[in-house]
Amino acid sequence: MMKERHLNIFVLGLLIFLPIFAYWNDQPFTITLMTRAVIFAIAAVGLNLALGIGGFISFGHAAFFGLGGYVMGILAWHSQNFVTLIEWPIVIEGTKSMPIIWLITVVASALLAAVIGVISLKTTGVYFIMITLAFAQMMYYFSTSWSAYGGEDGLSIYVRNNFPGLNTLDPIQFFAICCIILLIILFFMGRLIKSPFGLALNASRQSRQRVEAVGFDFHKLQLAAFILSGAITGLAGALFADLNRFVSPSMFSWQLSGEFIVFIIIGGVGRLFGPVIGALIFVWLEHLIGGISDYWHIFLGFILLAIVLFGKGGIIGLVCREDVDNE
Amino acid sequence: MNEPILKANKLCKTFGSLAAVKDVSLDIVQGEIHAIIGPNGAGKSTLISQICGSLPSDEGSVFLMGKEITNLSTEKRASLGIGRTFQISALAKEDTVLQNAILGSVGASGKHWDFFNPILKNSMHRDQAEYCLELVGLKDLINQKAATLSHGQLRLLEVAIALTLKPKVFIMDEPMAGLGSDGTKQMTNFLDKLRNRAPILLVEHDMDAVFALANRITVLDYGRVIASDTVGSIKKDPAVQKAYLGEG
Repeated sequence: MMKERHLNIFVLGLLIFLPIFAYWNDQPFTITLMTRAVIFAIAAVGLNLALGIGGFISFGHAAFFGLGGYVMGILAWHSQNFVTLIEWPIVIEGTKSMPIIWLITVVASALLAAVIGVISLKTTGVYFIMITLAFAQMMYYFSTSWSAYGGEDGLSIYVRNNFPGLNTLDPIQFFAICCIILLIILFFMGRLIKSPFGLALNASRQSRQRVEAVGFDFHKLQLAAFILSGAITGLAGALFADLNRFVSPSMFSWQLSGEFIVFIIIGGVGRLFGPVIGALIFVWLEHLIGGISDYWHIFLGFILLAIVLFGKGGIIGLVCREDVDNE
Repeated sequence: MNEPILKANKLCKTFGSLAAVKDVSLDIVQGEIHAIIGPNGAGKSTLISQICGSLPSDEGSVFLMGKEITNLSTEKRASLGIGRTFQISALAKEDTVLQNAILGSVGASGKHWDFFNPILKNSMHRDQAEYCLELVGLKDLINQKAATLSHGQLRLLEVAIALTLKPKVFIMDEPMAGLGSDGTKQMTNFLDKLRNRAPILLVEHDMDAVFALANRITVLDYGRVIASDTVGSIKKDPAVQKAYLGEG
């Protein structure tokens, strides 16, 4: 048994040095695979705030992931095709600048999360699961029918977007961008978990009566968590679209929402590094077993079954002893 | 005459055709323990929920320190000074004892939207939480998860959290429930001292504890107040004896 902190450092090391190692050995595919894992990790870290700490299971986080993808896709499409985005009342052009795209993505995802959250958080349990799924499906079908932006075919972006001073088409540089974003988010998430808000959100999952009896507004706690959660997952969507230089309605699919949940369950629900470990394992399994058999989901199913049956805390719960401390 | 800290005025609550609480008025003044007793189903828990805000009242009003709080949410009432403990412990069981207590201290401070600073390193809240845990005798257990505590210790933790709120009035729903005789004695002694910090509205089944502690007693039966008086008079009241204490 090891301390959770040591496992986290190990995972961080793996996350950073595996791609560097691949870079030395000229294996760009490994770098791309790790970039994919990192982006999924960001999406699942976002979901983990709502699902793991807040305790409300969103089965519709692909709505934010897809929105992020389409924000990126639409802005970049207008830019590469020299079509203005909006002409009235003010002229707005598309953009290929990553920082601007990220900013717009985060704001748009937060707004969408606010709308979905206000409505969905009136329900709990299985109804919450269904209503969030319904919203994501609405986004999915809307995107398939929006022919101006490719409809079912999606949008192709020929060249990856720009980041000042970097060549984003170089796999290792794009990986560095994604990895640093993940690290920044993990840092803030680690602080959030220990902050007054984190303490209250964590307690609200365990007893609504308790947090209300000491003066917290239960609904505002949940809504704030949902908005933050959606914004983070949306940002991951923009990065994912940039990785593939392609966005399509499949980014809104309910399978993807389910996969985010699977990452969290594999790694450890409510643990800071749970989603990161889950995403890493998922992406590598998909690659390794997927290479052997098209039916690799069967093996994933066995792993999930084993984790749910033998260790409720996911991989982290299996490997680490529970730290109880008040530091 | 003391200005009442908490005042309930003609509260009513009906579930379908059942009048769970009917025209109940009571008040609590500084320094007293006001007990509510009554048989099962008399409306005690409903009344507490109406006062604390978890159930809306059909009619009537509630005042805290002269300010009407009838239509405020539970959390607003808590921040105005109602410190409630639950009949069935409502705690964050996966968290440590200290975290549970600090939650109260943070909740009362109103600084709910800090997403960045570690709360356990905040010495003001930590001292406040540890002080309250010390008062109830749980100081040695601050690093334990709440789930590992005994039933009696959980009841004490409930009280400690209410203390961290520095409430104007305590509202306690059966704090002795499930405690052994030692635990009941300990809790009785503790509540006896606690009334000097803030008055207590006490719902309790343990008659020995009620008679030992209460300054005044309100007796409910079928949702109505059938008597409300000092301990001595309640003991002698024939209607009370008939409804609740049994004949003789």
